[in-house]
Amino acid sequence: MILAGGNSTKMQVLTAKRAVAAMPVASSYRAIDFSLSNMTNSHIQRVAVLTQYNARSLDAHLNSAKWWDFGRKQGGLYVFTPTITAENGYWYRGTADAIYQNLDFLKKCHEPYVVITSGDAVYKLDYNKVLEYHIAKKADITVVVKELEETDDATRFGTVRMNDSARICDFEEKPMVANSHIVSTGIYVLRRRQLIDLIERCVEDERYDFVTDILIRHKNLKKIYGYKLSGYWNNISTIGAYYQTNMDFLRPEIRNYFFREYPVVYSKVSDLPPAKYNPGSVVKNCLVGSGSIINGTVENSVLFKKVFAGNHCVIKNSIILNDVYLGDYTYIENCIVESRSTIRANTRHVGEGDVKVVVEKNERYLI
Amino acid sequence: MIKKEMIAMLLAGGQGSRLGVLTAKVAKPAVSFGGKYRIIDFPLSNCINSGVDTVGVVTWYQPLRLNTHIGIGIPWDLDRNIGGVTILSPYEKNADSEWHTGTANAIYQNLDYMESFHPDYVLILSGDHIYKMDYEVMLSFHKSHKADVTVAAMPVPVEEAHRFKIVVADREGQITRFEEKAEKPGSHLASMGIYIFSWPVLKDALIQLSRQPDCDFDRHIIPYCHANGRRMSLYEYNGYWKDAGTLDSYWKANMELIDIIPELNLYEEYWKIYTNCMHLPPQYISQEGVVDRSIISNGSEIYGEVHSSVLGAGVTIGKGSVIRDSVIMRDVEIGEDCVIEKAIIAENVGIGDRVVIGIGSDIPNRMRPDIYNGGLSVIGEDSRIPSGVQIGKNTAVSGRTSAADYVDRVLPSGETLIKAGDRA
Repeated sequence: MILAGGNSTKMQVLTAKRAVAAMPVASSYRAIDFSLSNMTNSHIQRVAVLTQYNARSLDAHLNSAKWWDFGRKQGGLYVFTPTITAENGYWYRGTADAIYQNLDFLKKCHEPYVVITSGDAVYKLDYNKVLEYHIAKKADITVVVKELEETDDATRFGTVRMNDSARICDFEEKPMVANSHIVSTGIYVLRRRQLIDLIERCVEDERYDFVTDILIRHKNLKKIYGYKLSGYWNNISTIGAYYQTNMDFLRPEIRNYFFREYPVVYSKVSDLPPAKYNPGSVVKNCLVGSGSIINGTVENSVLFKKVFAGNHCVIKNSIILNDVYLGDYTYIENCIVESRSTIRANTRHVGEGDVKVVVEKNERYLI
Repeated sequence: MIKKEMIAMLLAGGQGSRLGVLTAKVAKPAVSFGGKYRIIDFPLSNCINSGVDTVGVVTWYQPLRLNTHIGIGIPWDLDRNIGGVTILSPYEKNADSEWHTGTANAIYQNLDYMESFHPDYVLILSGDHIYKMDYEVMLSFHKSHKADVTVAAMPVPVEEAHRFKIVVADREGQITRFEEKAEKPGSHLASMGIYIFSWPVLKDALIQLSRQPDCDFDRHIIPYCHANGRRMSLYEYNGYWKDAGTLDSYWKANMELIDIIPELNLYEEYWKIYTNCMHLPPQYISQEGVVDRSIISNGSEIYGEVHSSVLGAGVTIGKGSVIRDSVIMRDVEIGEDCVIEKAIIAENVGIGDRVVIGIGSDIPNRMRPDIYNGGLSVIGEDSRIPSGVQIGKNTAVSGRTSAADYVDRVLPSGETLIKAGDRA
């Protein structure tokens, strides 16, 4: 089950019209592609995506299951947006409630285990490895955890502390001061019956959050183990993290890990022509998406699909999202330019200190 | 009853022998074009864009690549419950086991396939050509002219007309005669190998000529219909159309795509060309990389220089290497400090370090001057070129070559190097 319904105020206008899980990442993908591809590469055939906030862009991305090989007679891809029923007239009141409202789905499944993940993390993981660990540890719940660098800010995550046998003894959700650099990635593995049981009892008590009302409350009662994720993992749900995650793909080892090492990441195919570099274009240390046409200078940037950069443009240290038109002599530095923006000629945008988010919807004249 | 107004039969078995080593392992329709595409993507995309959702792809020569490329037709939206794309391979009949012995015979073999859709019209296409065309417009022309057969033709320069099959029509657009290799052609319109037949007319002609050896559309079916007084209309087409049948024209057609606004514009929203390309990641241009006047496809990584070239998907260009005026197909890996000029490098080729391609003088190819000319160096699919080797102009290389295959590490202009098991 992929929990993709959350809103993030830390994404500013970027999530004004889209869910975090639908954020474009690394030129060719959307955030949820990573979790979906991990699912399909782990041979999980029945996947539910729970959406709520700004679901339309995410739903459009998930309009066919075939891109991730979920178009199967056994299992398949299910998208659950809150519905009003005879028993329930609420939106998802929290992550646990989101699962509760779709408990019938869980009850009708026959698979013994459930993997719960978020839709806003960039990583590769074979969930079978987590499951093997879960079984070996005889755990009730296994939480996939990531050890951050000492310099990273852990306070936007749930921090955990584990004892010598990797059992989680302390779990704090978004602490004011982080006393551990091991954070929960929001990926959990547990028995399906166990999950149904925990969710039913949780909602009976009018509690609706999976982390605070299930994990933290049960940490001494249930055997909750941490599985350390060794590979790359980043959550994109703040402007800074989103910028950094995209920029990480300029590093060769990250590109190799995600783009060239098997298994690969899948996404919806967009049928765009190859990118075109016109005379006079200077491109250095950049990722360029298909369908783009480059005329100016682009350095240390990530260009998404169908970007048009006019003559004498200068783009530096920036992220230009899908279908952006940059007029001649535009200067962009340290910015994130929102999808479908049209930037007039001679415009200058520079992010001083922090990354600046640019949204400009001018008239666009097409030839 | 299943009923489709018009179905298409796409002849995709063309060997394209004039493309030399490029078509040694694949049929011409499966040859890469324009970076991420293959030639057959153009007629297939035209079909779906024209509302023709039932396409029979007739294969005979080297069909493996075509089969895997087309699959069940997902990229072209041709995966349909009824109709969609079907690959029609030759089969053995119990009575007299004839193989496809001509384009029309290949269609005749699939009479049952066509019959099952109860079509009113059948569109005959070739998988060898690069163009954008609305077959629906041609169909309404066919209907409004109450034609039995409509032949698409396009203007060609009079001085080149002898190379084509020329169609001569009267003022009402009724075809009066066909001319082949005529000294003084009666018109400048050349047949494009695209026909719409009213189904009963085609069926009759195919059955009547089923015993004709090497039964061909141009040489037998069309003259038969003409001789039997069928209404033959000429549909004039004035857009972009390329045969790309020779290495030189194939190279030129690719090079035209890098013009600022090319005649065949792949960037238009209208009339998209679809393809099956498993490479999803973006392309990466490194700090030392230089790219200008080029098109580059998904997943390529450029650490060297690329000028005036067309690169397919998943290509790697090593540090210090310089690529000029070349066509490089998907999954090619080029090492460091290479210099490659005016080359066509087919899919999945591995080139070592310090390799120089396209040097020396323009000496004609000794084996096949008719194929390898124009100063091009052509490297066939899956070839390996060892480090430090120099390759001249008008050359062809195919196979896993090692340093021992080259005299003094040089393959001079005009030479051909085909390792055992590969065809020239």
